[in-house]
Amino acid sequence: MNFDDLFSNFGTYTATGLTQGAIYALVALGYTLVYGVLRLINFAHSEVFIAGAFAAIWTWNGFGLDQNSQVSGIGSIMFYLLVAVIVAAIASAGTATVIERVAYRPLRKRNAPPLAFLITAIGASIAISEAFGIWTRRRPEGAPNLVSTEPLFHIAGVPIDAVQLLTVGAALGMMIGLDLFINRSRVGRGIRAVAQDANTAALMGVNKDRIIMMVFIVGGTMAGVAGLLYDVRIGTLTYSVGFLLGLKAFTAAVLGGIGNLRGALVGGLLLGVVENYASGLFGTEWKDFAAFALLVVLLMFRPTGLLGESLGRARA
Amino acid sequence: MRQKLARVIGGAALLALVAGSAACGNGGGEDTAAGGDQCGNKIAFFGALTGSSAALGINENNGAKLAVDKYNKENPDCKVELVPLDSQGSPDQAPQLAQKAIDDTKILGIVGPAYSGESEAAGPLFNEAGLVTITPSATRPSLSEQNWKTFFRAVGNDFSQGPAAGNYIKNIIKAERVYVIDDQSAYGAGLADEVKKVLGASVVGSDKVQGEGKQTEFSGVVTKVKSANVQAIFYGGYYQEAGLIRKQLTAAGVTAPLVAGDGVNDAAYITSAGAAAAEGTILTCPCQPATEARGTFAQEYKALNGTDPGTYSDTAYDAASILLAGIKDGKTTRPGLLEFVKNYNGEGVAATYKFVEGGELDPAQVKVWAFKVTGGKVVPDQEIPKS
Repeated sequence: MNFDDLFSNFGTYTATGLTQGAIYALVALGYTLVYGVLRLINFAHSEVFIAGAFAAIWTWNGFGLDQNSQVSGIGSIMFYLLVAVIVAAIASAGTATVIERVAYRPLRKRNAPPLAFLITAIGASIAISEAFGIWTRRRPEGAPNLVSTEPLFHIAGVPIDAVQLLTVGAALGMMIGLDLFINRSRVGRGIRAVAQDANTAALMGVNKDRIIMMVFIVGGTMAGVAGLLYDVRIGTLTYSVGFLLGLKAFTAAVLGGIGNLRGALVGGLLLGVVENYASGLFGTEWKDFAAFALLVVLLMFRPTGLLGESLGRARA
Repeated sequence: MRQKLARVIGGAALLALVAGSAACGNGGGEDTAAGGDQCGNKIAFFGALTGSSAALGINENNGAKLAVDKYNKENPDCKVELVPLDSQGSPDQAPQLAQKAIDDTKILGIVGPAYSGESEAAGPLFNEAGLVTITPSATRPSLSEQNWKTFFRAVGNDFSQGPAAGNYIKNIIKAERVYVIDDQSAYGAGLADEVKKVLGASVVGSDKVQGEGKQTEFSGVVTKVKSANVQAIFYGGYYQEAGLIRKQLTAAGVTAPLVAGDGVNDAAYITSAGAAAAEGTILTCPCQPATEARGTFAQEYKALNGTDPGTYSDTAYDAASILLAGIKDGKTTRPGLLEFVKNYNGEGVAATYKFVEGGELDPAQVKVWAFKVTGGKVVPDQEIPKS
């Protein structure tokens, strides 16, 4: 165990861990929303994320930017980011909608058993992932260097760069927006109502299918933003990265309390920093061990996760 | 009554089937015995043709394809077929795939398996079946210590590449502080261990990451490398992770050059890292530059495959050529071809081939080259002196 390393670089591990955690959290929101409403683990959500990430890269490619392009000027950077985030969000939300319409809704109409949903979800995930693999010839695709990684300022000696600010800031912003949307808006009320009791909600005039569609669209949008942030941060995308990231995000959702939006954020950030601390303390080969051991231990004591389930409860 | 009848008919049908197949078997036996059918033989390429580490496999398969193509043009009435066996580089799939090759009795020899992990998984099966394999790129040293009589290696192993990489860091970069990372694969960890042996106390830190595309975020290891303040970084592993590590190191302001083995020698490394970050990366390879291959290999390869030869294309071409030379020589049984390869001594486009104990390439023939990423391309740098 290398305590020296952990302590001397504690700030950097925390900062980079929070950045990665923010991406986990955004993807985790999609799992938690769908689970909260449908009690369904949407394993295909990792591919919703990948669709957004590829859409952003292809958008940049459409502007003639590849992994070797260096974009300067705050105006054009903002423009490229904005266009890409819109395209990514639409691509992800679209993918999520298609998955819901093609894979899940027919099963719901036939009252299929939960196992059928689970296998359908895994099947959809693999099918979409493979389609991307074939389409990209299983090669990595690079994103242009849009956001500078030069340190902007230091907090207690820890360099903070624009990518970290953007990632964490965007994740927090999306999170707050989503929280307000669910708690304040009419559609949000509908989502909570269906989560609590779908049949009663239907009797009160809530269109269940429309609400479920909204849930997939909102979750997909979050994943699309996460995809863009992933591109900006990691810079290279391979068709297969969604699987593990999805698994981590799902872990984050469970860690925070699945069905609980704030839990997804807490779980994501926690997972991100724990991975990095473990990497510093034991070596990088231990990071997944530490993260998942934490999950097992935590669930032993708090089976519903850190913040517990909440979307389905009366006071969401 | 009806049921009984059905059973009788069924039984008769079964009998007919058995008799029929026996007859076929006999027919085949006679052919071989008479020596009339020496043709229709196959050799197989065993390696990743799809999946995240397919680039190397495709280079090799194309090299083997050229050898077979040339052979078939020279021997139009007795062609040899190349069977591509796609392992996706996975040791889990290798035994099954090896069995498939073994069951096809027309397959007389294998070019591959391409990677060390799958070689280890498939090796015992090939050994048992007596099916000769010549790998163009599985460089794990222990593979030749398994007493597999069917294992041959057309390149130097990590014992030649690892020390060379170490020597390059010590004598040419002249780095006194080095960080060593590996991906915990047999290949990557083996290479990293050899490098550590050569560099000794100059290695100020080391870490292990996850390979096979399981890790894309390396901020933990980047933080360590940055705080270790090193002059060179060695990475033992494959291009997918190497590209991401290089990109993230550069983003964090680490400018020390990355030195890595042949597993990183692929254009996809530069795509992953971005040309700017990849610039100056040193890649070692127990091979010579494919374009250095003698004769018209490079032109012929391009004419057939539409791309320039890549890493190990020439070695795979040579491996296939050795097998084809055996078949041409009338060694159309597995034991015959095995014996032929064992005693082979001849020149190929990439090296001179003569196998010593355990199926290793004669150490005197092993050359290790350093390649450098320059202007977004992997270009030959220099042959690394042996000490």
